[in-house]
Amino acid sequence: MLEIKGLKAQIEGNEILHGLNLTVNPGEVHAIMGPNGSGKSTLARVIAGSEDYEVTGGDILFEGESILELAPDERAQKGLFMAFQYPVEIPGVSNTYFLRQALNSIRKARGLEELTGKEFLAHAREKARLVELPDDLLKRSVNVGFSGGEKKRNEIFQMAVLEPKFSILDETDSGLDIDALRIVANGVNKLRGSDRSIVVVTHYQRLLQYIVPDVVHVLVDGRIAKTGGKELAEQLEEVGYSWVNGEMKTAQTANA
Amino acid sequence: MTTATQTIEQLAGQKYKYGFYTDIESDTAPAGLSEETIAFISHKKNEPDWLLEMRLKAYRHFITLTEPNWAKLSCKPIDLHSISYYSAPKSKADGPKTLDEVDPKLLETYEKLGIPLNEQKVLAGVVAVDAVFDSVSVATTFKGKLKELGVIFCSFSEAVQEYPDLVRKYMGSVVPHTDNYFAALNSAVFTDGSFVFVPKGVKCPMELSTYFRINEMNTGQFERTLIVAEEGATVSYLEGCTAPMRDENQMHAAVVELVALERANIKYSTVQNWYPGDEEGRGGIYNFVTKRGICKGNDSKISWTQVETGSAVTWKYPSVILRGDRSVGEFYSVAVTNNCQQADTGTKMIHIGKDTRSNIVSKGISAGRSNNSYRGLVQVNRGASNARNYTQCDSMLMGNSCGAHTFPYIDVRNQTGKVEHEATTTKIGEDQIFYLQSRGISDEDAVAMIVNGFCREVLAELPMEFAVEAQKLLSISLEGSVG
Ligand SMILES: Nc1ncnc2c1ncn2[C@@H]1O[C@H](COP(=O)(O)OP(=O)(O)OP(=O)(O)O)[C@@H](O)[C@H]1O
Ligand SMILES: [Mg+2]
Repeated sequence: MLEIKGLKAQIEGNEILHGLNLTVNPGEVHAIMGPNGSGKSTLARVIAGSEDYEVTGGDILFEGESILELAPDERAQKGLFMAFQYPVEIPGVSNTYFLRQALNSIRKARGLEELTGKEFLAHAREKARLVELPDDLLKRSVNVGFSGGEKKRNEIFQMAVLEPKFSILDETDSGLDIDALRIVANGVNKLRGSDRSIVVVTHYQRLLQYIVPDVVHVLVDGRIAKTGGKELAEQLEEVGYSWVNGEMKTAQTANA
Repeated sequence: MTTATQTIEQLAGQKYKYGFYTDIESDTAPAGLSEETIAFISHKKNEPDWLLEMRLKAYRHFITLTEPNWAKLSCKPIDLHSISYYSAPKSKADGPKTLDEVDPKLLETYEKLGIPLNEQKVLAGVVAVDAVFDSVSVATTFKGKLKELGVIFCSFSEAVQEYPDLVRKYMGSVVPHTDNYFAALNSAVFTDGSFVFVPKGVKCPMELSTYFRINEMNTGQFERTLIVAEEGATVSYLEGCTAPMRDENQMHAAVVELVALERANIKYSTVQNWYPGDEEGRGGIYNFVTKRGICKGNDSKISWTQVETGSAVTWKYPSVILRGDRSVGEFYSVAVTNNCQQADTGTKMIHIGKDTRSNIVSKGISAGRSNNSYRGLVQVNRGASNARNYTQCDSMLMGNSCGAHTFPYIDVRNQTGKVEHEATTTKIGEDQIFYLQSRGISDEDAVAMIVNGFCREVLAELPMEFAVEAQKLLSISLEGSVG
C-alpha cells in the first residue's frame, strides 16, 4: 500500500528526516512512537504533501507509484488521509459543507457521481454515529470553538466520511478523555479492513490496547530506530526511549 | 428677491437659447462638457424645463469644484472634456459580431459562473436582449402585476415623462447636487437609471430587477436611481449583474437616492463586477458612486448590502440618514481587490432621531498588489438620544504586497449614544489551505471556501440566487492570487 524508501526531508534548510524507510501493507495497522521532536509529524505532513517541507532524497510510493510530485488534494483523491495533530479552524465554513465539497472533489476525481445534499447528509449522519459526534458539531464552522477533544473526534469523523485507503493519525489520542479515547478507538477499529491501512502516531501505550497494531515502530532523530510487534510498545512504556537511544548509539558506533 | 430665485429666473429666461438643437440630427452630444451639452441631453430626452434647470444649476456648481483627492486612491486625473456625455443606445454595429471577437477571458468567466450561452451573448454585446429573450412580454406581465398593487418600476427617463411630480418631489432630496464633486457632475449630465415607487402599505411581492437582469444594463456611465417607499411599504431592490459586462466606459459616476417614510423598509443589494483592468493595472473602470438613503419616517429601515469585486478604482460610501425615531440603518459590505485594483469604500450613518440604530459589517479582502480601505463615519447628533452603532471591520490579506486600511470616523455629540467599533486583520493561512487540500479540495477551491467563510455574514444578507452567484464571483476575482 505505502512504501517509503530512504526519505530525506527538510524544512527551512534543516533536515528533519534523514533517510527513513517504512512499508505498510494493505489491511495492516502500524503504530509509530518516538520522543518529542523526532519527526513523527514531519513524516505525516510530508506524506500528505505539505509544501513547507522539501524532499531532498528517497521516494514515497502509494500503490506502487511515486506521489512526490502530487499536490495534497491529488494525494487525498488517490485515497490518502492525515488526521492533524493540531486541526485547523476555518471560520464561517460549516463542517457539513466543507466535508461534502471534499467528498465530492474526491468522487469527481475518481469519475464517480457527486452526492446530492440529501445523499451526503445521510452518509455523514451514519458516520457521525460511528464516532458519536454530536449533531451540532456538524453544523458549526470547521473546528471553530471546538474543544481539543472535539477537534480530534472531528478528524476521525472526516476519515470515516472520506473512507481513505491509507490514513496516518497524528496523536489523535492526545487530549482525549477516557471515554472519548474508547469511542475514537472503536471508530478507528470499525474502519479497519483488508483493503485499508492505518498508521497511528502516539505517545501512549494505552491507545494501543484499544487499537491493537500489527507492527510498532520507534522513530528517533528522523529515522526508524526499531521495529517490532505490539509488545515493543509495552517495553517502551516500561523503560522509555533512552533504551532505544542507547541501542542506536551502540549500533552507530559499531558501524563506524 | 433672493439670489437663488434670481438665478432660477435667469435660467428660466435662458431656456429657449438651446432651441436650435431641435434641428440637429446627430445622436451624439457635442464633445466635452458645457451648458450646450447639457441642454442637448435634456432636449434629446424631451425633459421638462424644471429638470433642465436642475441640471444647469448642478453644472454651474460643478465648475466651481475641484476633484477630491482625500480618498486613499491614486489614479490618473480624468479628462472630463474627452468624454461623450450622450450617445443613443449602443447600436449593434459597434459591438462584436460573434463570440469569437469577445475577450476569451471574459467568456471563461461566464463559463465558470454557469451562464447559459444565450445569456453570454447578450452580456458580451453580441446580440440584443430581444433577440434572445421574450423580454417585452416578461416585462409586461411583471409590470402588470406590480401595477395592480400600485408599484411603479421603470426607467428614470420614463418616470420623468410619466410621473414628473413624484420625480420632482424626491429627486435631489437625499443627495443634493451640492453634495460632492461626482454628485454635482451626475446631477448635470445623468442619462438614465431606475425609478421605484412603492405606495403606502404595499409589500412589493418580488425582488425588483431580477427579471430585468439583462434589460437593465447599458444605463450609461452617469446613472441615476431613485427609490421611494411610502408609509409601511417594503421593497427589495437588486442592482447590477453578477456577470462582468463588456463596457468601454472609463468612468461611472452614479447617484442613488432612497427615501423611506414611516415604517417603510428598503433593502438595496448590489453586486458590482465591472472590468477591473489587467494584471498590470491597465484599463478598468473608475467607479465613483454616491448612494444615500434617508429614513425619513419613524420606525423605518434602510439596509445596504454590497459585493464589490470589479472596477479598477472604487469610491463608494452608501449611507443612511437616520432622521425618524427608532429608525435602523444597516451596511453589509464585501470588497475584494486583486492585482492593481483600489477600493475605498464604507458607509456613513448619521443619527438624528431618537433611539436610532445602525449596524455596519465590512469585509475587505486584498490580494496581489491591491489596496483596500474601509472609510466610515458614525455621527450621533445632539438630539439623537440613545443612538446605538455597532461596527465590525474585518480585513483579510492574501500575500505580502497588498494593503488593508481602516479609517473609522466617530463623532458623538450626545452622551447617551453608544458606538462600538471592532476591527481585525487576518492573513489567509497556508495551514488553512493545506488543511482543506489534504481533504481533496483544490487550492483554488480552498481559497474560495476560506474567503466565502470570511464573508458569510454579508453574503447571508443577499437574496438567495444572488448569493450563489456572488460566491462564485469571489473565487473568480481571486483567481491566481495564491501561488
Ligand atoms: N521551521 C522549522 N525550522 C527548523 N526546525 C523545525 C521547523 N519546524 C519544525 N522543526 C523541527 O523539526 C523537528 C521535528 O518536528 P515534528 O513536529 O515532526 O516532531 P514530532 O515527532 O511530531 O514531535 P511531537 O511528539 O512533539 O509531536 C523538531 O525538532 C522541530 O523543532
Ligand atoms: Mg508531532
